[in-house]
Amino acid sequence: MLARDAILVSMAVVLFGIVAVPVAVRKGRRDWMQLAYAAVYTNFLLVSVAALAMVYGLVTHDFSISYVAQVGSRETPLFYTVISLWGALEGSILFWAWVLSMYAAAVVWINSRRAGNLVPYASATLLFISFFFAILLVGPANPFGSVFPVPQDGPGPNPLLQNHILMAVHPPLLYLGYVGMSVPFAFAVGAMLSGEVEGDDWTKITRRWTLSAWALLSAAIIAGMWWSYDVLGWGGYWAWDPVENASFIPWLTATAFLHSVMVQERRAMLRLWNLNLIVGTFLLTILGTFLTRSGIVSSVHSFTTGTIGYYFLGFIAIVMVASLVLVAGNSERLRSTGRFDSIASRETVFLLNNLFLTAFMFTVLTGTLFPLVEEAVNGAKVSVGEPFFNRMSLPIVVTLLFLMGVGPALPWKAASSSEIKSKLLPPAGGAVVMLVVALVAGARNAYALLAFAFAGYAAFANLREYWIGMRARHTAHGEGWGTALVRLIGGNRHRYGGYTAHLGIILVAFGVAASSTFRSEHEATIKPGETISLAGQTLRLKEMWGREEPQRSVVGATLEVMNGTTVGGTMEPRMNFYPMSQSPVPTPAVRSGFFGDLYVNLQAFRQDGSNATIRVIYEPLVPWIWTGGGVVVLGALIAIFPVGVGGARRREA
Amino acid sequence: MTAPAGPAPEKRKRRPMAIAAAAIGVAVFGWLLYGGLDKNVVFFLTPQELLAKGTSGYDVPIRLGGQVKPGSVKWDDKTLKLTFEVTDGKDEIPVESSGAPPQMFRDGQGVVVEGRFGRDHVFSSTGLMIKHSNEYRPPKPGEKPQEMYKTLIKGSGS
Repeated sequence: MLARDAILVSMAVVLFGIVAVPVAVRKGRRDWMQLAYAAVYTNFLLVSVAALAMVYGLVTHDFSISYVAQVGSRETPLFYTVISLWGALEGSILFWAWVLSMYAAAVVWINSRRAGNLVPYASATLLFISFFFAILLVGPANPFGSVFPVPQDGPGPNPLLQNHILMAVHPPLLYLGYVGMSVPFAFAVGAMLSGEVEGDDWTKITRRWTLSAWALLSAAIIAGMWWSYDVLGWGGYWAWDPVENASFIPWLTATAFLHSVMVQERRAMLRLWNLNLIVGTFLLTILGTFLTRSGIVSSVHSFTTGTIGYYFLGFIAIVMVASLVLVAGNSERLRSTGRFDSIASRETVFLLNNLFLTAFMFTVLTGTLFPLVEEAVNGAKVSVGEPFFNRMSLPIVVTLLFLMGVGPALPWKAASSSEIKSKLLPPAGGAVVMLVVALVAGARNAYALLAFAFAGYAAFANLREYWIGMRARHTAHGEGWGTALVRLIGGNRHRYGGYTAHLGIILVAFGVAASSTFRSEHEATIKPGETISLAGQTLRLKEMWGREEPQRSVVGATLEVMNGTTVGGTMEPRMNFYPMSQSPVPTPAVRSGFFGDLYVNLQAFRQDGSNATIRVIYEPLVPWIWTGGGVVVLGALIAIFPVGVGGARRREA
Repeated sequence: MTAPAGPAPEKRKRRPMAIAAAAIGVAVFGWLLYGGLDKNVVFFLTPQELLAKGTSGYDVPIRLGGQVKPGSVKWDDKTLKLTFEVTDGKDEIPVESSGAPPQMFRDGQGVVVEGRFGRDHVFSSTGLMIKHSNEYRPPKPGEKPQEMYKTLIKGSGS
């Protein structure tokens, strides 16, 4: 069929492109270079044809296509039919390949006029990754198989994946973020192949790419937490599940890179380290895909156990060896030319930040991979419990929060002792305030108190940077406060974008700390007319009801939120029964306020509706986590936005 | 980019110190990781495997997998206390849990129970998961929600 042919042709085109680049470089042939770039564009076109053909097959319910027969169903609403493109293994690999071909085309489009061999080699690297995914698409993850006899109908997507709108948001964001990390990786490889690692140009060219990939990955992680909170009905958002960890691990190294690359650009240090970070980040995205897609860990994300895992392991091995060889070959060029002047400097804080982020990465990675190792070595089935992750990560997290307050306050190179005092002491006020608030609210756990205090410290320190800058503009230029803020950010968007992202992370930290410290819950079986109370809120069960929808049956409970004796609103937790699944998908009802959520889940019910078991959870500050995610993305957007837009054009230190 | 002006001899003296410090740091971190793992590994066991562990199976975090033994489920919806037995066809282990059983909890259902096995030979559960195969299968007659919750679904009139 058309789509599979498109992928096969794209493989030939991609192979040609990979060969054309070194030929063009060696012989100095511009025309061959143009042909290689044409291969990048053609690949994008061909993979687009394949992906769109698949969407068309899904929408028209063409059950002769194996992937459609696997995830399609005539009853599934159009929206969920379209997004089932990434609802199972084969389609998600196709989507991945599509996104990658798009990134490659965009990279060439934007950078192909740059002189030198960096961009050609980066393009070849992206083509190489594309080739790997094309192999998957014609081999172990072929979505275009033909089914005979053609079934009349299919089972529909996994119920968990068609129950919530965030399924249209979380996976694409994750792919865009994951795949986006290939771009800085490709440029790092390109820089090493073309001998341009000394120029630091590759980091400057890829800064926006790295930032956008990081922002997308951050948004994807938050959206995944939200989905888990809104669909799984357990009232939590993070369980250190292997698949959650798979998205979080590369985020940690990418975050480390965003910080340490500033040290490289400002102080000409850490070149080798940065290369390793970006290669590591890319490898970790592939490892994450391996973990979630090979079926080696069981979860909603894994679909089948097939041979695909070996392909991923092979690819990881190839990338690892090739990168090591390249880094070793370039080690002379990767020497730091700058050096540390003082312990009390911003670069020291960045170093510590990198140290702790890397330690965090290793902790999560170890906990995630340990069960696989243990099963392979001892044959024992084990899992690593949440206490491991919590105990190991809490000290790291509170340290990182503290550093987040110290870093922005300290200058580059060296700080005088009076500077240290005037910069680092005032934020302690924020720490004291939050500590008192947490104590009054009833927190006694040492880490919880530290988290509140350091988050308060960091919030104060980052806000103070805005305040100092605004006040300076206000007094020097007589600008109004609003104008001063806009021009301040516009004048150094990279820096203030970073501080904004810090504030987002701090909001997330407050949300996580509060919801894990002050959460309370109550579960009871009640009859219609009876009430259940928690945290000063009373809910009355009005009735149980049921409803038939085309693709599912719904059983729900209507609960009235009582304000004294009057009804202040209703909440309707439900259970959705999908025909092909044995267990229902819970659909909790959430009522959000500034200080937290009232979270209600229908746990069980008598078949005749005469009673229902209701679980009510009070979730303090959980909405802050989602808001914080938005602020992080806003911060990245501020930093990404093209120069010369949004206020002053002047760039300052 | 200018070359570093740092005096070479000083650098040479510092380097072994830095390497030693880094090695100690990595060792301590590795030791912490190992210690943390050792205490928090949760074994996935069947009733037979758990009983075979003898005294070393007591009071450590365990995930117990098996089927709900038919006829063993007792559920008190006033105290929210749930007791049942998990079987693997060879051995049985009594389980105590609090909170409502999941909607699909029934005799013969595959379950994974998280908790600890006490010296009184009762497994106290902190979490109860329904284990369903990843393969979808159409429900058997009488298992369809439309039929099971007939009164509710018809009663709403929609």
